[in-house]
Amino acid sequence: MSAVTDSAVARLESVLGANAIFVAKAANRELYAIDGITPTALAKPVSADQAAEIVRFAAKENLSVIPVGARSKLFSAPTPARYDVALDLTALDDVAHYDPADLTVSIGAGMPLAKLNTMLREQNQFLPLLVPYYSHATIGGAIAAGLDSPLRNAYGTARDFLLGAEFIDGNGAQVKSGGRVVKNVTGYDLHKLLIGSFGTLAVITRLNFRTFPLPETTQGFLAAFPGHEAALAARHKIIHSPLTPLTLDVLNAQAARIFDGNTNGTGPIPEIDARHWYLFAEFSGNEALLARYNRDLAEIAEQSQAGDMHILDDPTALAALAVRLRESVAHFRETFSDSVIVKLAMPQAHHVHAATVLQSIAGAANLPLAIIARASGPMLIATSLQTENSSAEIMSDAPIASLFAREILSLARSFGGRAQLISAPTQIKSSYRAIFSESLASERMLAKRIKSAFDPNNLFPTLDAPAAPPTPPKSETFPPASLAPEPASQTDSPPSPPTPPPPTQS
Amino acid sequence: MPGVPTSPNTSALRDLTRALHRSFDSTAVLSRPEDLILYEYDGSVEKGRPDLVVFPSTTAEVSEIVRLAADHNIPILGRGAGTGLSGGALARSGGLMLVFSRMNRILELDFDNQRAVVQPGVVNLDITRAVEDAGFYFAPDPSSQKSSTIGGNVAENAGGPHTLASGVTTNHVTALELVLPTGEIVRVGSKQGDSCAYDLTALFVGSEGTLALVTEVTVKLSRKPEAIKTLLAVFETVDDASETVADITARGITPSACEMLDGWTLRVIEDYIHAGYPLDSGAVLLLEVEGMLEAVTAQSAAIDEICRAHKAREVRVARDDKERDLLWKGRKNSFGALGRIASGIYVLDGVIPRSKLPQTLRRIQEIGTQFGFNIGNVFHAGDGNLHPIVLYDIRDNEQFQRAMQASAEIIRYCVEIGGSLTGEHGIGMEKSELMPLLFSDADFDFMRRVHDAFNPKCSLNPGKVFPLGKGCGETRLKPHHVQTSNSEPAPATAAPAPVPAT
Repeated sequence: MSAVTDSAVARLESVLGANAIFVAKAANRELYAIDGITPTALAKPVSADQAAEIVRFAAKENLSVIPVGARSKLFSAPTPARYDVALDLTALDDVAHYDPADLTVSIGAGMPLAKLNTMLREQNQFLPLLVPYYSHATIGGAIAAGLDSPLRNAYGTARDFLLGAEFIDGNGAQVKSGGRVVKNVTGYDLHKLLIGSFGTLAVITRLNFRTFPLPETTQGFLAAFPGHEAALAARHKIIHSPLTPLTLDVLNAQAARIFDGNTNGTGPIPEIDARHWYLFAEFSGNEALLARYNRDLAEIAEQSQAGDMHILDDPTALAALAVRLRESVAHFRETFSDSVIVKLAMPQAHHVHAATVLQSIAGAANLPLAIIARASGPMLIATSLQTENSSAEIMSDAPIASLFAREILSLARSFGGRAQLISAPTQIKSSYRAIFSESLASERMLAKRIKSAFDPNNLFPTLDAPAAPPTPPKSETFPPASLAPEPASQTDSPPSPPTPPPPTQS
Repeated sequence: MPGVPTSPNTSALRDLTRALHRSFDSTAVLSRPEDLILYEYDGSVEKGRPDLVVFPSTTAEVSEIVRLAADHNIPILGRGAGTGLSGGALARSGGLMLVFSRMNRILELDFDNQRAVVQPGVVNLDITRAVEDAGFYFAPDPSSQKSSTIGGNVAENAGGPHTLASGVTTNHVTALELVLPTGEIVRVGSKQGDSCAYDLTALFVGSEGTLALVTEVTVKLSRKPEAIKTLLAVFETVDDASETVADITARGITPSACEMLDGWTLRVIEDYIHAGYPLDSGAVLLLEVEGMLEAVTAQSAAIDEICRAHKAREVRVARDDKERDLLWKGRKNSFGALGRIASGIYVLDGVIPRSKLPQTLRRIQEIGTQFGFNIGNVFHAGDGNLHPIVLYDIRDNEQFQRAMQASAEIIRYCVEIGGSLTGEHGIGMEKSELMPLLFSDADFDFMRRVHDAFNPKCSLNPGKVFPLGKGCGETRLKPHHVQTSNSEPAPATAAPAPVPAT
């Protein structure tokens, strides 16, 4: 393994020509750090050809490359084992093709998502990929990070509307998959592997999407319920009704605080009551449809003991709430110190049980807990590993950390689900990722083969986490009550470990 | 045959046959030529006879068969009902064929989570039949849905008329159990569907049986819509009908289906099915909208208006389920109807950007005239998925060659205007030689690496997807008719040496 030496920098500059876009200043490189690891060099190609040239150069010099966009979701990327060159793709922001009449668009990976949607909006269209850090995220980064959008309830995930891609493999070859027509089974769907790949497989240079007509007039519905069973029962009824809302989420009170104080008094948002659970839905249509939604949603909510119910028909207020929902990951990262954010993907009918168990785990360990349970299956869970006023450092081997991860994993597995780490303090990130990757055990061998097909030289980082720390003794993994600190917890200090920390590897 | 090495080594085949007869009962293994000949066709114009056919009943048996074949160095492939239209389930270089008709059980119905877990041999429509009383259906609806199996649908990423709004097979599959060419059994995906790592399910769906054999599929069940409206719009010309489709798309209206039948084709169909298509029309559009009652009412009114703006002489709304079923029966049996008037039918499958529909249909007519064919069109207009139909006489080799040339010309045009080689039938052996129209050598090298990551010896479904010379294991394959227009069309292969059933 080699690092970027001065002479390598010089050689790369000569490869890229006179208007070198190669930057090696320390201050700039800091911006590209992943989990505190700073790249030795930074390259910002102005074309896919140039990006491919850089990758070929890196392959020849055995330099590791990490493709980046607007850097808004690097916190979610796997911790790199080595990081020589940050490949900044934000200059690849061209519109290669947009034919509104076909509802298809083909754009450079560096195109900001917001800018893309501004362009589509002029034609009354949009891309229903409303991911966190939306205002500056690039489309390539949004695909690579694979985070979901509340709108998936109506439009599906990127997998459903990504039609094709052009990318650079680990040999520096520019390749493609799919196309730009809405129906296509020519060749393998390799572009779909890029979703959630975090730059571990290839450098995405161009993406082709199906676009959608903007929804008609949109309204929202917010109702408070006495507990998670009632709120999720209402959601279940909506799922199995003729209604097809754009978004459909159930939030506990901690999560519903994302809605607090954001409408400047324009909307009738209730005070969030800590004992309640909330159901939030957005829906659109003509007058007759909106009336139907209002009527049916209220009826269903009432059957499930809803207290407060609000129809949100002020477009400004509703848009503000939708933004908050879209940005929930960002919100949790800002408001929870040492936040741990996990996506738990399991069939929706099991969310009631999952919510019960999660509350019990968090209650026993005295951890705050925010839950957003999306109708199509994923539950976003956020907690803070430090209670307020505590300055104790979170250690990678802190039992509270690994036990929480193990409880979540065990919960996911009991329903054939998966857990994915979205965000965690750097110190515990690798251990969480390793634990969660156990839920993917059967796929890891296949994933390794994919990785070496895309990236034979191991130029790009790896998604596969290092080996998991050993499983703690069985008595500690379940039931959740085992997390209860001994003695009974105090409010202002981190829960004391129930047992000595398990030994860790490396 | 000269130039074509004999397909699998005869003594290895004999050993494998004996081994299979030892492990499986006699009805599960076919090795006599008169039995094998039934498996040399599918719905395409291609041929390829297997040397052995085995009917596994369980995943463990699939794994055992695959291991045995690997031990004897015999290529294998999977097959469902054999309705495919691109030769995907044909033994291009002989070998062992696993036919999944005995693995036809629905293993789990989970209505709460809207999922079904099924074996690969379950017939597409049987999923819907099993769940419709509970208010659900399985959305992908290829015309072959009465006989095609879910395993084949997964392999080819099958579509259908209603995929315009609801998506193709890949959008409705959340998990798979697979047997790799080594015999290893693996699972990808989950019941809910989010991958939480690489989306391997998305890779295997549509990989045309070249990466793994599918032994179990978890599918989404869709809720039956509250309201459906089926409209038949009648036009004097194909141009008016295709302008209408382009306009509906451009205005952002997404019907659940938008099918076009040209006048010539619909007359042939009407003669057979009596679906009620007007015999003197130039083209009809079969349109469907579904969803909430209020939305359906508004959408069908908008569609009606657009049709009339493009000179539809009549827009008929099906009054009841019976009339709706009849309108669809005509569409879904169109290829059968055409089969009554010609001994050879070649159903093409190309995709174009939807806005280019009018010019493409005109170009298809020109190509037909140039090559001396009347080319019919019955297709998924809403998503730009064309199915031009070329009728020919199977006894006339020269005509067959011309039909293939005309077809390649049409597909070339699709690619030229920004489209693709296939929308739902797959590449198989039908279009492997056309792949270079879209993909570069670098693309093939890359795809080949992915292929080899799972199927390194090309022991699984060899000779598919990749053009000869870009894939692997093609040394024993015969040249393809599209490329070699002067050679014999799909020459009848000599029957493999009979293997005594022991």
